[in-house]
Amino acid sequence: MAIKAKHQRLVLLVIALVVLVAAGLLAAWALRNQASYFYVPSEIVANPPRPDRAVRLGGMVEKGSLKTEPDGVTIAFVVQDGKARVPVMFRGIVPSLFVEGSGVVAEGRLGADGTFVADNLLAKHDENYVPREMRDMTSQQARQVVAETK
Amino acid sequence: MIAELGLAALWLAAALAALQLVAGALGLTARGAALGGAVRPVAAVQGLLALVAFLCLIQVFAVTDLSVKLVALNSHSMKPLVFKIAGAWGNHEGSMLLWVTVMGMAGGFVALIEKRLPEPTMLATLAGQAFVSLGFYAFLLIASNPFERLSPVPAEGNGLNPLLQDLGLAFHPPTLYLGYVGLSIAFSFAIGALVTREVGPAFARAMRPWVLGAWIFLTVGITAGSYWAYYELGWGGWWFWDPVENASLMPWLAATALLHSASVLASRNALRAWTMMLGVVAFSMSMIGTFLVRSGILTSVHAFAVDPERGTFILALLAINIGGALTLFALRASTVTEGERFALVSREGALVFNNVMLSAILGIVLFGTLYPLVAEAMGAKVSVGPPYFNPMSALFALPMLVVLAIGPLLRWRRDKFARIGKALVIPAMLAAAAGIGLVAMGGAGMGGVALLPLLGLMLAAGLAWASVLPLRDRNLRRTPLPVWGMVTAHFGIAVALFGMSCESAFSIEKLVAVRIGEVTEIGPWGVKLDTVEPVAGPNWTALEARLLVRYGVDGKAVRMLPQSRSFWTPPQQTSESALLTRWNGQLYTVLGGEADDGRWQLRLWWKPFVPLIWIGGLLVALGGVLALAGRVAADVRRIVARDKIAYRRERQGR
Repeated sequence: MAIKAKHQRLVLLVIALVVLVAAGLLAAWALRNQASYFYVPSEIVANPPRPDRAVRLGGMVEKGSLKTEPDGVTIAFVVQDGKARVPVMFRGIVPSLFVEGSGVVAEGRLGADGTFVADNLLAKHDENYVPREMRDMTSQQARQVVAETK
Repeated sequence: MIAELGLAALWLAAALAALQLVAGALGLTARGAALGGAVRPVAAVQGLLALVAFLCLIQVFAVTDLSVKLVALNSHSMKPLVFKIAGAWGNHEGSMLLWVTVMGMAGGFVALIEKRLPEPTMLATLAGQAFVSLGFYAFLLIASNPFERLSPVPAEGNGLNPLLQDLGLAFHPPTLYLGYVGLSIAFSFAIGALVTREVGPAFARAMRPWVLGAWIFLTVGITAGSYWAYYELGWGGWWFWDPVENASLMPWLAATALLHSASVLASRNALRAWTMMLGVVAFSMSMIGTFLVRSGILTSVHAFAVDPERGTFILALLAINIGGALTLFALRASTVTEGERFALVSREGALVFNNVMLSAILGIVLFGTLYPLVAEAMGAKVSVGPPYFNPMSALFALPMLVVLAIGPLLRWRRDKFARIGKALVIPAMLAAAAGIGLVAMGGAGMGGVALLPLLGLMLAAGLAWASVLPLRDRNLRRTPLPVWGMVTAHFGIAVALFGMSCESAFSIEKLVAVRIGEVTEIGPWGVKLDTVEPVAGPNWTALEARLLVRYGVDGKAVRMLPQSRSFWTPPQQTSESALLTRWNGQLYTVLGGEADDGRWQLRLWWKPFVPLIWIGGLLVALGGVLALAGRVAADVRRIVARDKIAYRRERQGR
C-alpha cells in the first residue's frame, strides 16, 4: 500500500488532525453527558436531575437529623440551605470533620424517591482545604462552618 | 543570615540567567560571536547558585528558623527532622525554588557535557533555557519570595498538612519535578534547533538521553504518587483522575510520544517537524500542570497558593513561553525539510500510530481537566471523573496497546504483516484464551467481568508474550541495552495493565461495624478485630486497631494495625490504612469511627494482584534506565577518549 511519496507528509498530517479532532469532538460529547453538576438543595428540589446521573449536592447538615442505621455503617441525614431540605443516605466511613450543623458536599445520585444516595462525602478538611463549592457559600454560612469545625 | 545568603544567591542566579540569555542571543550574531564563549560557564554557575539558594532554604527549615515567614507558616519545631526537610518543598514558594533549581542545574549540566551539537544550536538552546528560567526567577523574586522574614518572630510554626507528613512526600515531588523540568531541556533543544534550522538525526540523538531521563523520573514519580494516594488517602483507589494526577500524566503522555518520535528521527531521519512539535508540547504540558496545581484555581491537597496574583503571573509566563514557542514553530515548520519516507506498514508507521493515539489521550485528559474551569467561568459548577476519563482514554489506549504488541516486530521503512503473522499467533491465542476463560467464568456464575477490564486482561495476556518477541532470534549476550530497555518497558506495560484490570475486575470491598473479638469474612480472608487502643506519635495521637487476619481456613494469623490519627498542628484527622501483601494480592484495611453501641467501623478490600500496577510502572521506568544506560555508555566512552586526547595534547604542549 504505497502512498504517492510526494504527498506522504500531507497524508500523515491529515490523519493526525482527523484523529485529534475526532478525539476533541468525542471528549466534548462525553463531557456534556458525564460531567457531574453541583447542586444546592433548593436547586435539586426545583429541578431534579435524572436518577442515573452522577451529581454533587452541597449544603449544611441539619442539626438533629443525623441517624445511624442498625448495621452501624449506614447513616442518614438531611442537607439544607435554608430554603429546601434533601434527605441523604450514605454507607461508609464519614470524614472526621463531618458533624451536624457543618457544611458538606455529597457525591452521588438523587433517587426516584427524592433521597440522595451518596457514594462519597467531602467535609472541610482543615483551614487550607475547603471543597471548592463551599468557598462560595454565604459569609454567614462560612462563619458557621468555621465556628463548627474549629 | 542563611536566609539572606539564599536570597542573594537567587538574585545572582537570576542575573546570570539574564546574562546567559543575552550572551546566547548575541553569540548567534556575527558581531557578538565573542560573547558565545561565556554562555556555557554562565549556565553552569547559574545552576550552582540556584542550588545554593535551595540548600539555604533546606537549612532554615532544618533548624526551624521561625523568623522566616515560609518556615513559620509551614513548619513546626516538633516535627521529625526528615519532614522538616521535606517541608522545604512541601509548599508553594519552596516547590517553585526546587523547580528553578532543577531547571538551572539541568541547563548547567547540558552546558558542561553536551558537545555533539553545532555551537550555534547549543547557544540558541541555552538562551532558550535561560529565557524560560528567567520567567520563573522573576516569579519567585517578585511574587513568591521563599526567604521573606517575619516580624515579630512567632513562638511556634503552623505545622505541615498531616497528609503530607509521609516518607512518600520526601521523594515524590522532587522526582516529578526532575521529570517536569527535565522536559525543559527538550523544549530548549527544540527551540535551539528551530532557531538555527538544524533539525536532523544528530539533534535527535543529542536530545534523546535528556528526554529519556526526564521520562524515567516522570514514570517513577507518577508510580510513586499513585501508590502514595493508594495507601495514604485510605480510599482504596490507585488513580482518581484528580487534576493534579492529570497534571503529571499529561507531560508523561507527551514525553512518551516524544521519546518514540525522537527514536524515529535519530535512526530513520523521519518525523522531523512532529518531533519538534512534541518537544514544545511536552514542556508546555509541564507548565500547564504547574499552573493548574500551583495557581490555586483547583482545590486539592497539592494546591498551596490561593493568591490571584500568583495565578495571573504563572498564566502570563505560560502564555509567553508556550505562545512564543508555538509561534516560532509555526514560522519555522515550513522550512524543516521533509524527512525520509516510509510505508504505512512499517515500524515508523506503527510509531506514528502510537504517537497519534498518545496525543489523542493527551487531548482527552487535557479537555477533561480544563472543562470544570471553563464551565465555572460560564457559571456552572461541574466536576469530571472516572465515568468520563476511563472509557474515553481506553477508546484510544486499547488500539494503541494492540499496535504496541505488533510495532516492535515490524521492519523499518517497509514490511508485510504476512512476515510477522506467525510470531503473533501465540499472543493472539493467549488473548483469546483469556477472553474465553473470563467470559466462561462469568457464565458459570462466578461473577461477570465488565468490558474494559475484560479487554484489559486479554490485551495484557497477549502483550506480555508479544513484548518479549523482539528478543527471539537474537544472541541475548549481544543484544544492545536499548533493545532490552524497550522489551522491559513494554513488558512492564503488560504487567501494569494486568494489575489494573484485576483491580477493577476482582476487587472485593466490605464495610462493616464489628464488636471487639468479632470475625468478619472478606474473599479468602477472615478478619478478627482484636483490640482498639490509643497510641501516641511525635505530633499525633491515634486509635490503633489490632486486626488478626487469616488467609483461608488454616492460614496463620497475621497482625495488621490500621490507625485513625489525630494531628494537633494543624488539627486534623487522617486514617492510616494497614496493608498486607501476598503474592496474589493485597488486603487493605481502614479503621473508621466508633458506633454508638461500641462497634467499630472497618473498611476492608481484597485486591487481587494490585501491586502489579506499581511493579509494572517500575518495570517501565527500569526499561528507560536500561535504554539510557546503553546510550550514555556509548557517549561516555567517546567523551573519555576525547578528554584523554585533549589531556595528552595539553601535557605535550607544555
